[in-house]
Amino acid sequence: MTGPVLWWAVEEPSPLAPEPAEIVIGLIAFTLLFLFLKAKVYPIFEKTFAERTAAIEGGIAKAEKAQAEAAEALEKYNAQLAEARNEAGRIRTEAQTQRAEIVEEAKAEARTEAKRILDAAQSQIESERQQALTELRREVGGLAVDLASRVVGESLEDEARQRRTVERFLDDLEGREDAQAAALPGRPASAGRKPRRPEGGAGLLRVDRKRVDR
Amino acid sequence: MSSSVLAVEGEGFVSPGPGTFVYPPAFGEGTFVTKPMLIVILGSLAVAVFFFLAARRAAMVPGKTQFVGESLYGFVRNSIALDAIGKPGLKYVPYLATVFFFLATLNISGILPLVQFPATSRIAIPLFLAVISCILFNAIGIKREGLGGYFKNMMFPSGIPWPVYILLAPIEFVSTIIIRPLTLTLRLTFNMFAGHLVLVLFILGGEYLIFEYSGVVGIAAGTVALLGSLVLTAFEGFVQLLQAYVFTLLSALYIGGALQDEH
Repeated sequence: MTGPVLWWAVEEPSPLAPEPAEIVIGLIAFTLLFLFLKAKVYPIFEKTFAERTAAIEGGIAKAEKAQAEAAEALEKYNAQLAEARNEAGRIRTEAQTQRAEIVEEAKAEARTEAKRILDAAQSQIESERQQALTELRREVGGLAVDLASRVVGESLEDEARQRRTVERFLDDLEGREDAQAAALPGRPASAGRKPRRPEGGAGLLRVDRKRVDR
Repeated sequence: MSSSVLAVEGEGFVSPGPGTFVYPPAFGEGTFVTKPMLIVILGSLAVAVFFFLAARRAAMVPGKTQFVGESLYGFVRNSIALDAIGKPGLKYVPYLATVFFFLATLNISGILPLVQFPATSRIAIPLFLAVISCILFNAIGIKREGLGGYFKNMMFPSGIPWPVYILLAPIEFVSTIIIRPLTLTLRLTFNMFAGHLVLVLFILGGEYLIFEYSGVVGIAAGTVALLGSLVLTAFEGFVQLLQAYVFTLLSALYIGGALQDEH
């Protein structure tokens, strides 16, 4: 160590002392840089940022719109579904009402018809009964007289005979029925018979018979 | 340009001092542009060219250069201007962004291979920017509240008992008008100054140990020093970006303060 080494060519000024030339150069450089960047660079960056934001927001807006549309469609669909359900329910109710009405109507009709048929049957029965009654009334007298005259006309000697007489009468009756069906006039089987019982009015019977045999 | 560092060998080691930051004219005697000035000019030009290329073909989907440029600008815009000032800060983004790019470039020049000198360690550079920031935020305040209103709000904030003003008013005045630009200047300058000094010390010291001091101890210690200088270079890069950010952020905060009703 013979002496201090001269490391630095220039004397040592204070680092706190600003160099005027550097201030001027720095100021000019900074100002030019600022003006250039402000004119040519920053507006382009800002524009790009804005465009990017707009694009993203546009995308978001588009997505939101699509979502809103989908929601609207869903709502519409649901509304339609609900309406259809209501309609179906209404139709069902209506159908049930109609069914009940139809059944009721049919029942009423059936009742009416049944009543009508019943009435008709009853009136027919009644008229037939009346007819039968009239006819019976007409015949019973004749038959009774006929039978009585025959019973009286035949001798009442024995029972067998009586029975025969009755049977014959009955046969006669049957035959007369046949004859009646064949519309045969007169009654030859009973012509020869003579009433034995005076109680039975023969003339009356005859008259009756003729009427019956008509 | 490294001709300014004249190592006279064999005479022992003298630590680098403030003289490290003084350069003779770069193009010989008689010219006046020095290395720091060249760094300022070329650095500004580089920033301009880079951002011109980044913005030249602006596309919705950015290319690499455009992406980097937009990210840097977006960082200042969103993380500094909008966060520190808010919506009105958008107006000052061009200034703040330029300050950030300018300072970051001139700081980084300290670790840029071959350049390796932070132009901002020359106090002139941070000083004029700090003065611009100071003028800017004061002008904003005065424009907004009027000259009297601005200084009244600054020195006599409401809601304080009047005797306090005796102390507060001068402190606030000095703080706002003098201390702010001063701290902006000194913080940046001497972060860069000290960082550069340490790097130079490690590199030249390591070199000296290996080649002059020699021997096993010298070579070993010198190697450690040189390896340490690599680590310090990385650290210095971080500090340089951080200081550019701090300077820009503080400028933004001062502007934001001037834009607010209460200080």
